[in-house]
Amino acid sequence: MSDDIWILGITMTKFGKHPDKDTIDLAAEAAMGALRDGGVTMKDMGLLAAGCLMQSNAGIGQQLQKQIGQTGIPVYNVANACATGATALRTAIMAVKSGEIDMGLAVGVEKLAGAGLLGGGGQPKSDKKEWSPSGRYGAVASTDGRIGAAAMPAVFAQVGMEYGHKYGGTSFELFARIAEKNHAHSTLNPLAAYTKRMTLEEIMNDVMIAYPNTRSMCSANCDGAAAAVVVSGAKLKTLSLEQQRRAIKVKASVLTSDPYEEGCQVLPNVNTLTKNAARIAYEQAGVGPQDLDLVELHDCFATAELVHYDNLGLCEEGGAADFFMSGATWRDGSTPVNVSGGLESKGHPIAATGIANIWEVCHHLRGEAGDRQIEGAKVGLAHVIGLGSACGVHILEKSGL
Amino acid sequence: MANQIPLVDYLALGDHPHLTALECASCGARYFDRRNACAGCSGTEFASVVVQNDGIVKAFSIVTFAAPGVPVPFVSAIIDCGGTSVRGNVINCEPSPEVITLGMPVRLATYVLGTDDNGVEAIGFGFEPAN
Repeated sequence: MSDDIWILGITMTKFGKHPDKDTIDLAAEAAMGALRDGGVTMKDMGLLAAGCLMQSNAGIGQQLQKQIGQTGIPVYNVANACATGATALRTAIMAVKSGEIDMGLAVGVEKLAGAGLLGGGGQPKSDKKEWSPSGRYGAVASTDGRIGAAAMPAVFAQVGMEYGHKYGGTSFELFARIAEKNHAHSTLNPLAAYTKRMTLEEIMNDVMIAYPNTRSMCSANCDGAAAAVVVSGAKLKTLSLEQQRRAIKVKASVLTSDPYEEGCQVLPNVNTLTKNAARIAYEQAGVGPQDLDLVELHDCFATAELVHYDNLGLCEEGGAADFFMSGATWRDGSTPVNVSGGLESKGHPIAATGIANIWEVCHHLRGEAGDRQIEGAKVGLAHVIGLGSACGVHILEKSGL
Repeated sequence: MANQIPLVDYLALGDHPHLTALECASCGARYFDRRNACAGCSGTEFASVVVQNDGIVKAFSIVTFAAPGVPVPFVSAIIDCGGTSVRGNVINCEPSPEVITLGMPVRLATYVLGTDDNGVEAIGFGFEPAN
């Protein structure tokens, strides 16, 4: 089909600490890597979509052009919380799908090593000499810590606990076992920020951040970038057989936001928009959860991974705890999840994440994943969620050539 | 009592402190701050309503690491107050998973957060175990 969309080239940098590289160095490394991987150059690109959440007003796309090639193409600088990378990719996909261009480049980059806690604190508001109401709630003092928590570890702890309240079966140990799996998986991924296997005891006895999430159950802030070249089916046919063989078909590309439900403005509801995105993606792709050979999902915290088993339809409704305990999501299970090590150990340079997880899936579908290869992988799913909220789901398929 | 101010304006003080919300006249969705139109149904009529003080803990996290200036530990929670979800801390009990459990009944409680140079007390709220 000529209106198919394909990933022609894709890459990620090593995630971790890159003190000697700035944001543009990392973005350029990923972009050049993706172009090289696809056998093309900036001259072939009809569009650049770029994201860097922490520098979302810096014109990261134009800065990148000055580093690797100013060809005058349109640049879309995108920001969509932790779904920024997926949004950049989807921007390129939409442009190709529209027929306006036949090839586009998407890049996500972040310098986040040592960034510490994200989301907390709010507007600094010292408790002054005279109480003076301000803001939407007429607050006279900072509400973070007084009216619940604003920081991500606690928000996502509550997401997991809410699932436990609704369906039962959760415990501190269960959540810790999810982190145990992802840290074990990371030992096979040379590009992961952390590749150390951790025992259940080490994870449970690690520094408690926000019960039930200890430090090793939280995503790792780090530096990194990822990039992808998207191409139309018609254009791909004009390229070499080797390029066609390694190209990965985008069977579904979906972005959703959270529809209103009771309570969703009190504790963000990360479930319904993920369920909606998954449903649309499975329809677009003509596949079901049982067809997936691997899944990279947004385990920003161990408590989050659990709920997304359910949201992505990998298990029966309410059955996520039993599903995990069956071993299904380990790399030798029926539905391997986060064989990259996930955000908890591979790391989470925010805007890079939504392309890096697609790279991981492509890597397996191409049969190039080395020691961690999921044998015979043909179809995979990549999921990200940005709080606020935005959810990206992509379903990818190996070339039939 | 005249010299008190609530931490947030949706906390009503007086003899029977309670939370208030703006309720959509069309679909009943509740908000703790202003809306131009309802996020659920696009209705534009809202009325102030009283949120019930009793509820159950439907999610919580015991926070031991927070942004600078935020005292820890504290218990962040989502309380189901008769069908209205409310964010608040669980207070007046030990912040431990042995004490705080999912489904635990709680009720609204207020406390003095501090006093300013004019002698005005700021009043905060949380939810304490009901049993």
